[in-house]
Amino acid sequence: MAVTTTYRSRTIKTKRLLSAAGIYALVLLAMTPTLFIFFWMVSLSLKVQVENTAYPPVFIPSQPTLNNYRLLGNQFVEYVFNSVIIATGATVLGMVLGAPASFGMVRWRYQRLALVVLVARIIPAISFLVPWFILFRRMGLLDTYTALILSHLVVGLPIIIWMLLAFFEDVPMELQDAALIDGCSIYGVFWRVALPLTRPGLAATAILSFIFSWNNFLFSVILAGRTTRPLPVAVFSLLTYEEINWGPLAGAAFLITLPVLIITLFMQRHIVTGLSFGAVKG
Amino acid sequence: MPQTASIAHSKPAERRNVSSWLERQARFVFIAPALIALLLLVIFPIAYTIWMSLHNWQLSSVAQPRFIGLDNFWKLLTNDSRFLGATGRTLLFTLMATSVQLVLGVAMALLFNRQFLGRGFWRALAILPMVTTPVAIALIFVMMMHPTLGVLNYLLQVVGLPPSLWIYSERTVMLTLVMVDTWQWTPLIMLIVLAGLASMPDEPFEAARIDGASRVQVFFYITLPLLRPSIVVAALFRIIDAIKTFDIIFVMTSGGPGYASETINLYLFNTAFSYFDMGYASAIVVIFFTMIMVLAVLTIRVRRVEWQ
Repeated sequence: MAVTTTYRSRTIKTKRLLSAAGIYALVLLAMTPTLFIFFWMVSLSLKVQVENTAYPPVFIPSQPTLNNYRLLGNQFVEYVFNSVIIATGATVLGMVLGAPASFGMVRWRYQRLALVVLVARIIPAISFLVPWFILFRRMGLLDTYTALILSHLVVGLPIIIWMLLAFFEDVPMELQDAALIDGCSIYGVFWRVALPLTRPGLAATAILSFIFSWNNFLFSVILAGRTTRPLPVAVFSLLTYEEINWGPLAGAAFLITLPVLIITLFMQRHIVTGLSFGAVKG
Repeated sequence: MPQTASIAHSKPAERRNVSSWLERQARFVFIAPALIALLLLVIFPIAYTIWMSLHNWQLSSVAQPRFIGLDNFWKLLTNDSRFLGATGRTLLFTLMATSVQLVLGVAMALLFNRQFLGRGFWRALAILPMVTTPVAIALIFVMMMHPTLGVLNYLLQVVGLPPSLWIYSERTVMLTLVMVDTWQWTPLIMLIVLAGLASMPDEPFEAARIDGASRVQVFFYITLPLLRPSIVVAALFRIIDAIKTFDIIFVMTSGGPGYASETINLYLFNTAFSYFDMGYASAIVVIFFTMIMVLAVLTIRVRRVEWQ
């Protein structure tokens, strides 16, 4: 690796310490914008209204309060519920369809099909939205979980298939063949060999699919209505009506973000693969 | 199924213990459901959109769609200054965002490729912006950009810079959106380049060290050329996504002030869901789609080269 050269050369201890400090300073500098946005989100959500609209701004809340979260009300729980249903539905459906497909593509070397999947990911989501809107409207499916789950599936399925390709490729062919020779059917190989061996990959994939659905705004803003409105749309409508009421708004933003942040911090190694979808192989 | 019987006859030894039709057709059983779902959810809408794009169809009126041939496209390409403006802004946004992010992303990758305490933890923090709900990010930025009470203008003032109008001025709105997009997506470039750095051979660096090359020389003559494939892939993926940016623009500006930040995506959204002019919106989809498919083909070419 390139950088080890600096370490291999024998330098004096102090010099090494200095360069370590330099790197740390650079890392902190690079991370400041990221950290500040999240800090500000939390800070706004914990401050009282007077401090939120004070100028110069108050950075550390002098009398931290959870009142902003309380102001979001019971309806917010409903939105969380909607989001969970839609994201879970799209993820489960995506995994049930995607895992066998991905396994098949690896097993029988359908590289071209894998490229089709990549193309499905590249197509702008908004181009599906117009025909779906018309279709779902005609079928009376607007503002139903069905419509939302199906639409989120389009975002999730290509990502699921693509991510799993890398994991199934790591299942040794010899092991699969050994199972076949022992009298296992190909379905048995999939169920008893491939799936158990890729369990961490399956978990990471499902989580990422869940996150994408959780974050989705474009489909939900058109296809969801009063009864199925998920979090991002609900929070967006908070902005429209209470523009200067920053506390609850920031609280809502933080509540949407929190689960995603926690999951990512704990599973980052697995999630990285999926995030650089198709760009980094495996 | 006579076909399956013939397969069984022609390859009798291949699978001895296979008896059922299900087993012989396994590859279709595995792949078909997902493929059918994708076809229904992707191909059907595309075909329907092409059909709609040839019609005059106002969803707000009761009139049936009327076939008008290529009139929508003709109007879009020759007589719609709003579309022209949106196209220009889309390209501008994509170009600015991608180039800024490439420079910053490569720099961040080089930094995070070094050994330092808690690197894994810092890297996890660094990728957080990519997974954070875009709507939430956009909302926080809107609050930070308040012209008189916002914290960003305060920070500018602290370092001695004049306040900015951010998203509230036609002159700064695009740059501001590029900034937000950069905040969110620079980590992606970093990840891709980091993967490239990890798979680099040691030998050229050894050789350069023995030959006494300076650090700057090593970077420009060895690291950067070796990183080229990663950077190209990163750029293509970022371009394809940046061109489709919707959430942050919609939430922060809805295309305003005026039309100053209206990209193709936003114009398309408004045409379809504010004016309900479905035929015209479909024509925009077709053109937008074509633009992106050209990029997609390019990407796949690059990927294939990389695969081999």
